[in-house]
Amino acid sequence: MKYACLVYLEEEKLHAVPDRECIACGEGLRKSGLMVGGEALQSVQHSATVRIRNGKLSVIDGPFAETKEQLAGFYLIEARDLNEAIQIAAKIPPAREGSIEVRPVRELQAD
Amino acid sequence: MAVTDPVHETVNAVYLAESRRVLATLIRLLGDFDRAEEAMHDAFRAALEQWPREGVPANPRAWLVSAGRFKAIDAMRRLKRFDSLDEPGNEADVAVIDNGAWADPESVEDDRLRLIFTCCHPALAADAQVALTLREVCGLTTEEIARAFLTPAPTLAQRIVRAKAKIRDASIPYQVPEPAELPERLDAVLRVIYLVFNEGYSASSGASLTRHELSAEAIRLGRLLIELLPEPEAVGLLALMLLQESRRAARTSPSGELILLSDQDRGLWDRAQIAEGTQLVERALSLNLVGPYTIQAAIAAVHAGAPTAAATDWGEIVGLYDILARADASPVIELNRAVAIAMRDGPAAGLAIIDAILARGDLRDYRPAHAARAELSSRLGRTADARASYQRALALAHQEPERRYIERRLAELAESKTGDP
Repeated sequence: MKYACLVYLEEEKLHAVPDRECIACGEGLRKSGLMVGGEALQSVQHSATVRIRNGKLSVIDGPFAETKEQLAGFYLIEARDLNEAIQIAAKIPPAREGSIEVRPVRELQAD
Repeated sequence: MAVTDPVHETVNAVYLAESRRVLATLIRLLGDFDRAEEAMHDAFRAALEQWPREGVPANPRAWLVSAGRFKAIDAMRRLKRFDSLDEPGNEADVAVIDNGAWADPESVEDDRLRLIFTCCHPALAADAQVALTLREVCGLTTEEIARAFLTPAPTLAQRIVRAKAKIRDASIPYQVPEPAELPERLDAVLRVIYLVFNEGYSASSGASLTRHELSAEAIRLGRLLIELLPEPEAVGLLALMLLQESRRAARTSPSGELILLSDQDRGLWDRAQIAEGTQLVERALSLNLVGPYTIQAAIAAVHAGAPTAAATDWGEIVGLYDILARADASPVIELNRAVAIAMRDGPAAGLAIIDAILARGDLRDYRPAHAARAELSSRLGRTADARASYQRALALAHQEPERRYIERRLAELAESKTGDP
């Protein structure tokens, strides 16, 4: 099963975890075959929220939710079950500064 | 129901004794809560039909698991036959169920633990953990749980449906946690059990019957857990619940008024529960790691062993609170420690600590902090302070017996004042 591990951090703490630590974590997960993909994200100031309402595209700046913590990155991992996914997420370095949202990936249905 | 039919009675008895074990194993075999529940009910229906004809099997539980398993396989095959897409996955499902490993007695015992840990999985909402545990592990009906928690039954049913959907859709596994995860996961299980207990223990009178049953259910769960997994804190929690439960009859007057520990008729305390609880505390303390539940149980055991409030070993209690504060620092524990110090060293010593806690702002809206401050102030003759704190406590009290108790104390204060020369 695939899980998205969403990394949430307060903006000021975006660099509280050294990049090299996150690079090492990603490489480790990739080597063990547990990681499907993942990226660090830019500051939320550069983000936009896209919606379609009544068939019309609407784009607003900034994050969707007004919370202190922002999405700072994500890992797409392959885990046996939620317990394994939680164990992997707990090893993602910013878990200690912010929070990681573990979300099962929904497989899109063709029909 | 025809109570005269002995086979019927046997099936009922087997249902009471074994249905949770049968369900726990069927969930493992079928990989799905709903499918397992259906299979279990089919199995009991089959028992009602076949046992009168063929006799009660030597091992009813194994018979029921086997019957449930075949009923489920049948249902899946039927589904498959009607399924024009003929997905290969169904065949694999059936093969998994058919491999025979299900009968291994060790995995059957583990199934109950698997069920407990799955129902108390921290990825489920706290209220869903409680509802699911009472439903699946204890076998209470949705209506019974709803009544006990004063929640509308549809809300509770919805909560259970969502929890099961999450177990399925997020792939929450049906397993006992690895040793590395165990302490954290066990905490979650203990929290659920203690929550169920407290819901039944600290509730007001009125709907007292169903409430009391919740505490009894929590104690049953505690017993089951230490039978399956005798971890020190699980033993400590069971001891704590038994020692608190032992005071139930003394905690309220026949008219439903609250009676504080110091004023309780200790003759009403349940000696059998005290004996068992005390023995369990000793067992938990002899194991290596002493955690918060065990220390709280040890405190309760000191109270239980004292013939009167005055004869309580308050020095021992203060010492235990010191250990508890180190294991699990919280303002509430500090408050309880302050009350114990007041009992050991006099009200002024306790009051100074409570004032310091309140000055920090930690327990500003915590009723027991103001009630304790009022009590100690009144013992020191500081009537104005006592009245102000009782009034603050009254504003924070939500349960009727609590409110009536505080109102009574306020009235007594007024009387003692007019009585003053």
